[in-house]
Amino acid sequence: MTLFRNVVFVAAIAGLVAGIALACMQAYATVPLILQAEVYETAGGGHDHGAASAETAAPAASATQQAVPAEEEEGWAPADGAERFLYNVLANVVTGIGFALVLVAISEFAGGIASWRQGVFWGLAGFGVFTLAPGLGLPPELPAMPAADLNARQVWWVATAVATGAGLWLIAFRKSLPLTLLAVALIVAPHIVGAPQPDSFESPIPEGLHHQFVVAVTVTNLVFWLLLGAVVGGLRGWFSGEAARLRDSFA
Amino acid sequence: MTTASASLGASVSAQSRHMQLAMAALLGVFILGFVGFSHIEAVHNAAHDNRHSMAFPCH
Repeated sequence: MTLFRNVVFVAAIAGLVAGIALACMQAYATVPLILQAEVYETAGGGHDHGAASAETAAPAASATQQAVPAEEEEGWAPADGAERFLYNVLANVVTGIGFALVLVAISEFAGGIASWRQGVFWGLAGFGVFTLAPGLGLPPELPAMPAADLNARQVWWVATAVATGAGLWLIAFRKSLPLTLLAVALIVAPHIVGAPQPDSFESPIPEGLHHQFVVAVTVTNLVFWLLLGAVVGGLRGWFSGEAARLRDSFA
Repeated sequence: MTTASASLGASVSAQSRHMQLAMAALLGVFILGFVGFSHIEAVHNAAHDNRHSMAFPCH
């Protein structure tokens, strides 16, 4: 299990570094916009945080998110301020480790990320797969924005990431024209199917605020992915150097 | 590329190598599913800003 342990180790460090960096970027770039949007959300009277649990309780009861009554009690949530920031850091670190595990494991199938520079390119691919492609159909949304059924959107999001990832893999590692054409089809297909859209786009959130948020999310995620890839590549290079040194010293 | 397979897990069979990598990827997917996609309300609220900022489907 050495390989598994090493993959987890590299991913944990890379996820920790990139996750903390992302949380700090979010504190300046995205969270203030979320807080602004929450003013509109509470002003609108309806706070639909409970909608997710309502849907799991009665999945057939509502076809759309908006149809769920927002009357029920709100569950536990971190208090605004330091507690909320700390939970955001924690969530970002855990997300970072999750993405790093996927990135390291998949890149090892292709021979591994040799250097921080190669890592930057792997990071670009990760950005394309997990931010850009799903974000085309389902742009980053602020609280109180209309959205289609949560399950349908989650399924589309995951399917789009998988198809885009498979497509990029075929382009990068299978050097054949038919497979490249298949790759393009895989990348395009989710957008032909189309992401689940809400019945109405009417929203209390000003268009300008949302646009600002889309830009902030996309750019912060780009930096996150570049950093994640670079740290994985750098650590792995250092790791293999150390391993070689150890082997030599024991020889 | 012999260093590539030797560096992160010295001398393991190809099959065991693939199994371990698949397990690591699966662990990552499981973690992401929990933080970003789980419908448990407390998890949603704790990771709320992160979900919005990562453009995970939310609410």
